[in-house]
Amino acid sequence: MTARDLLDMVWLVPLLPLTGAVVLMLAGKRIGDPKAGWFATAMMGLAFVWSVVMLFALLSLPSDARSHVSDVFTWLHAGNLKVNLGFLADPLSVTWILLVTGVGSLIHLYAIGYMHGDERYPRFFAYFNLFATAMLVLVLGSSFLLTFLGWEGVGLCSYLLIGFWFERPRASSASVKAFVTNRVGDFGFMIAMFFIVGALGSLDYTAMAQGAGGISKSTATAIALLLFLGCIGKSAQIGLHVWLPDAMEGPTPVSALIHAATMVTAGVFLVCRAHPFFERSGVAMTVVATVGALTALIAGTVALVQPDIKRVLAYSTVSQLGYMFLAAGVGAYSIAVFFVLAHAFYKATLFLGSGTVIHGTEETQDIRQMGGLRKYMPFTAVGFGIAWLTIVGLPPFSGFWAKDGVLAAAFYRGDYPLWVIGLLAAILTGFYMTRETMLVFSGNERFRPSVAEAGDGEHAHAAAEHDITASHDITASPTVDYGMPIAPAHMGHDPHDGSPTMIFPVIVLAGLAIVAGVLELPFKGLDFLTKWLEPTFGNKHAAEPTSFLSGFGLSMLAVALGVTGIVVAFKLYRRGLDDPAADPIDAKLGRLGRLFGHAWYYDEGIAVAVGGPLRHAARWTADVFDQKILDGGVNGVARLFGAAGAGMRKLQTGLVRQYALGIALGMVALLIWTLWRVGVA
Amino acid sequence: MTGAVGGYPVLTAIIITPILGALLVALVPARRPELARAIGFMASAATLGFALLMLWDFQTGFGGFQFVEHNRWFDSLGVGYIVGVDGFSLFMIIATAVLFPIGLLASAKIEHRPKAYIFWFLMLEGAIMGIFLSLDLIGFFVFWEAMLVPMYFLIAGWGSTNRKYAATKFFIYTAAGSAFLLAAALVLAFLHQADTGVLTFDYRTLAAWTGLSESTENWLFFGFMIAFAIKAPLVPFHTWLPDVHTEAPTAGSVVLAGVILKMGAYGVLRFGFELFPRASVTFAPLFLTLAVIGIVYGSIVAAMQKDAKRLIAYSSVAHMGFILLGIFSISVFGLDGAAFTMVSHPLTTGSLFLVVGMLYERRHTRDIDAFGGIWKSAPRLTALFLIATFAGIGLPVFSGFVGEFLSLLGTFAAHRWWAVVATTGVILGAVYMLWMFQRVFTGVPEGDNATMADANWREMAVVIPLLAFSLFIGLYPKPVLDRIEPTVKCVVRTFEMKTDLHRPAADRLDTSHVKGCR
Repeated sequence: MTARDLLDMVWLVPLLPLTGAVVLMLAGKRIGDPKAGWFATAMMGLAFVWSVVMLFALLSLPSDARSHVSDVFTWLHAGNLKVNLGFLADPLSVTWILLVTGVGSLIHLYAIGYMHGDERYPRFFAYFNLFATAMLVLVLGSSFLLTFLGWEGVGLCSYLLIGFWFERPRASSASVKAFVTNRVGDFGFMIAMFFIVGALGSLDYTAMAQGAGGISKSTATAIALLLFLGCIGKSAQIGLHVWLPDAMEGPTPVSALIHAATMVTAGVFLVCRAHPFFERSGVAMTVVATVGALTALIAGTVALVQPDIKRVLAYSTVSQLGYMFLAAGVGAYSIAVFFVLAHAFYKATLFLGSGTVIHGTEETQDIRQMGGLRKYMPFTAVGFGIAWLTIVGLPPFSGFWAKDGVLAAAFYRGDYPLWVIGLLAAILTGFYMTRETMLVFSGNERFRPSVAEAGDGEHAHAAAEHDITASHDITASPTVDYGMPIAPAHMGHDPHDGSPTMIFPVIVLAGLAIVAGVLELPFKGLDFLTKWLEPTFGNKHAAEPTSFLSGFGLSMLAVALGVTGIVVAFKLYRRGLDDPAADPIDAKLGRLGRLFGHAWYYDEGIAVAVGGPLRHAARWTADVFDQKILDGGVNGVARLFGAAGAGMRKLQTGLVRQYALGIALGMVALLIWTLWRVGVA
Repeated sequence: MTGAVGGYPVLTAIIITPILGALLVALVPARRPELARAIGFMASAATLGFALLMLWDFQTGFGGFQFVEHNRWFDSLGVGYIVGVDGFSLFMIIATAVLFPIGLLASAKIEHRPKAYIFWFLMLEGAIMGIFLSLDLIGFFVFWEAMLVPMYFLIAGWGSTNRKYAATKFFIYTAAGSAFLLAAALVLAFLHQADTGVLTFDYRTLAAWTGLSESTENWLFFGFMIAFAIKAPLVPFHTWLPDVHTEAPTAGSVVLAGVILKMGAYGVLRFGFELFPRASVTFAPLFLTLAVIGIVYGSIVAAMQKDAKRLIAYSSVAHMGFILLGIFSISVFGLDGAAFTMVSHPLTTGSLFLVVGMLYERRHTRDIDAFGGIWKSAPRLTALFLIATFAGIGLPVFSGFVGEFLSLLGTFAAHRWWAVVATTGVILGAVYMLWMFQRVFTGVPEGDNATMADANWREMAVVIPLLAFSLFIGLYPKPVLDRIEPTVKCVVRTFEMKTDLHRPAADRLDTSHVKGCR
C-alpha cells in the first residue's frame, strides 16, 4: 500500500467521530453514562491514530509532492461549477487534524468525568463528536464550499453545546447570539465564494493555487476581506467578538474544546489556507494584521478586571487569537500555526483546570471567592501554573517562542506600531493571568462563609438558603458579570481535586505546553514547523532578525514587559483579597476600570440599539405597516367592491353561493369571449 | 418529444387518480369514516406510485417536454387537452404526490366530517396536478381556478376561529389576480390568430411565436405576472398568506406552503418567461428588487410575530424571495437554485408546519409565548423541529443551502448588489427561527408544557421522510439537478436567442449535452 493509497482514506478521520455522533444520537440512552463518554472518546482516539498515520504517509512523500486530493463523490454540479466532496491532505490540514483529534481526545476524556451525572450525558457526547466531525471537514475540505460546510457545522455544534443546559435562559440566549454573530461572518464568506466563482470558475483550493496570482488586485482584496469577515466572526475578532465571552455559558469542556483550542482557530486556518488571495491583495494583509493587533490589546484590557474565572480566559482567548492574526497578517503563517498549536495546549490546560476548580468548589466561578486552592487541588494547581507561565511568555515554555515569533515577524517587517501594540498586550497578559492564578490558587481562602457570617444566625440562614437554591435552581447560571455584587460564600466543605480522568488530560496538556516550543525554534535548522509547512506556504519566510543580538534583545524586551505585568499583579494579589468585595484593581483603574469591565460598552451598546430603536422599528413594520397599511389596503379595496354588492361581509355568510359566484364570474368571462369570437369570425 | 410511457397516459393518470378517489370517497356512507380514510390514502398513494413511475422513466439530459399527451377538446376554440412534464414541473409533481399522503396521515385526528375533508383534499390534489401539467393556457386556467374551490372549503370547513374570513380572502384575492391572467391569455391567443390565422392556446405554439410587439409583450407580461405575484406571493401582495396559514388546518398549511405557493413561481418560469422573454429581461430589475424586499421584509416581519404559524408563513415569503431572485437572475445557476429551492422548501417548511400542528393539537394554541421548555418534556418532537429549523435556514448538508447558494450565486454574477442585500437573509433567517426556537423549546416547562406528550411513531413517520429527503438531496443534489438543468439550459438559451440579454461570463451556458430544447 503506497502512501497515496493511505491518503486516499483520509475520509476516515472525520467519519470516525461522525459514526460516534450518529450512534450516540440513536442509541445514546441505551449506552448510558459513562459508557457513552468512553465510546465518544474512543472514536476521537481512533481518529487521532488515523491522523498520525496520515502524518507519516505524508512524510514518506518528497516534500514538494506533499499534497493529496481524494474525491469521494461529486457534491454539487450546476452550470459550469463543479464541487466535489473531496479532502485535501497537505501539511497544513494534517497539522490541524492532529491538533483537533489529539487535543480533542484529551478533552473528551476529561468530559467523561466532568459531565458525569448530567441527565443528557449521551447527547453531550453526540454533539461533541459531531463538532469534531465538522471541524475536521472544515480543515480537510478540498474546496471553499466544503470548508464552508464544516464552518457552518461547527457553528451548529457550538450553538447546541453553548445552549446545552437549555434550562438556563442565559445559556439559550448565548447560543442564539453565537450562531447569529457567526452568521454575520458567514455572510462575508458566502459573498467571497461568489466572487471566487466569478474570478476562477471554481471553488477548489487547487484552482486557487494556480489562479489566484492572475486575478485583479481589487478582486483579490474583495475576496480576502470578505473571507476575513468570516474569520472575524468565527475567531471572535474585534467587532464580532461579542459571542465568545457569552459562550462560556456552555459546559467547561466545551469552552476548552470549541472556544479555545479548536473552533475559534478556524479563522486563522482560513487565512492560512486562502493566503494566495491575501498576498495578491496586500492591503488585506495589513487589515488582518491591524485587526489582530488591536484585538490582542483591547481584549487584554477587558480581561484585566473580570471577576469570572472563565470570562478572564475567554477574553484572553480573544486576545491571543489577535496575536495569531497579527502573525498571519505579517506573512508569518507558520508562526501563526505554531501559535495555534501552543495556544491550544496551554489554553486547554487553563480551561480544563478552571473546570476542575468550578467542579471542586460547587459551581463557583467568581475568583473573588476562591483563593488558596493549590492546597486542595494540587495537580490542577500544577497544570494551571505551568499554563500560566506559558501564556505570559516566559522562556523556555512554548508560549514564549510563539509570542516571540509573532513580535519578531512584525518588527523585522517594519510594522513598528503593530509591534508596540503586541508588546503592550503582552504586559496585559502578564497581569490578568497572574491576577487570576493568584486569586484562585494562592492567598487567603475566601470560599467559606466567614466566621462573622456563620456567627450571625440570619446570615448563616441566608447562606444555607443560597446553597439550596444554588444546587436546585436549574435555571441559574454561575457566570459572574463585571460589577455584579459578590454572592455569599456557600462552600460547606473543602474543595477537592478532580478524578484521575480529569487530572490526566490537564497534566498531559500542560506537559505539551512546556515542550511544544521545540516544534519551531528561531534558529537555523530548528524551525521544523516552517520547513514542514513549506509545501503549503511556499518559500516565503517571515522577516528574520538581522543579527542574533538584535533578535535576543527583542525577546528579552518582550519578556521584561511580560514580567512587569506579572510582578504588578503578583504584588497586588499574592495574599489574596482582604475584602472579597473590593478588588484593588477597581480602585486603581477607576473609571477606566469600569470601561474595561464593561468591555468598552460595545456589547451593551449593541444590546441597547437592538432592544430599543431597532426592535421598535421592526415592531412598527410588522404591526402597523404590514397589517394596517398593506393588509388594510387590500381589505380596503375589497370593501370598495363590497359596497357594490359582493363585499367581504356578505361573502362571509354564504359558502356555496360565493364559490358559485367566483366560478360564474370566470365562466361569464369565457362566454363573453366566445360570443365575441363568433361575432368576429 | 417522447409520448406516453409504457403505452398508457401516465400524466393523465396522475391527474385523474385523486379525482376518482375523491368521487369514490363521496360514495362512502358518512358513518364509515375509516373506509373514507383508507380510500383517500390509497388514492393519494396510488398517485404517488404513478408519479414515481414517471420519475423513473423521466429522461435526463432532455430539456423539452416528456410524456406529452395532446387530445382535442374544443377544436373550434383552439382549446385542447395538452399535458406534459419537464424539469420545472417534474419535482412539483413529486412534491405534490409526496405531501398529500403525508397530509392525510397528519390529518388522522380530524373528527369533524372526515369524509368531506378527504373528498376536498383529493380534489385539491387533482387540481394542483393539473396546474403543473397543463400545456394549454385554458386548461391551465381551468385548473388554476378549480384549485380555489377545494382550498376554500378546506379552510372554511376545518380551519380555526377566523376561518371564513381567511377562506374568503384567499378566494377573492387569487380570483382577482387570475382575471388578469385570463384576459392576458385571451389577448395573446387573438393576436397570435391575427398574425398567423391559427387560433390556439397550445403553450408550445404560443411560446415559439415571436410576433408580439414589445409594448404589447410588456402589457401581457404584467397581466400574467399579477396573478403569479399574488400567488407566489411577492411583497406587497403577500398579506393573504399569514391569514390563510394561521386559519388553515395543518395539512392545508403543509400543502399551501409546499406546493400552492410554488404555483406562482412555476407560473413565472413556465409562462411569464417563455411567452414574454423580452419583457422578462426588461423588468427583471423590478422583480429582483421585489424579491430582495421579500427576503428582508419577510424576515423582519417574521421575527416580530407572536403566532408560530404566522412566523413560518412570513418565513415562506422570504424563501419565495430567494426563488424569485434566482428566477429573475436569468442565469443557469440562479434558475437551478430557484427550481431546487422549489423542491427543498416543501420539505423543510412542510416539516415545520407539521411540528407546529403537533404542538397545536397538544396545547390548542399557536401563541409562541404560551410555550416554553418543550425540549425537556418532548425531546423527540423538539429534535424534529430543530432539524427542520436548521434545514430551513440553509445549513449546508441540507437541501435549503444548495438552493439558496445557487440562487444567490446566479444573482451575484448578473446583478451583484441585489445578491449582496439578499445574502443578509441568511443572517435574518437565523434570527427569527432561532429566536422562536428559544422561546418555544428552551427553558423549564411549566403547567401543560411540562406534561406534554412526546411525538409518537405516527408523527415521527410523517416528518422524518421529509427531513431525510432534505438531507439526501442536500448532500447529493445530482439526481435533482440532472433533471432540472437541461430545462434550465434550454430556457437560458431561449433568452440568448430571443433577447439582447447581457449574460455574465461567470455563468457559462453549455447546451452541448442537452437534447429536446423547444
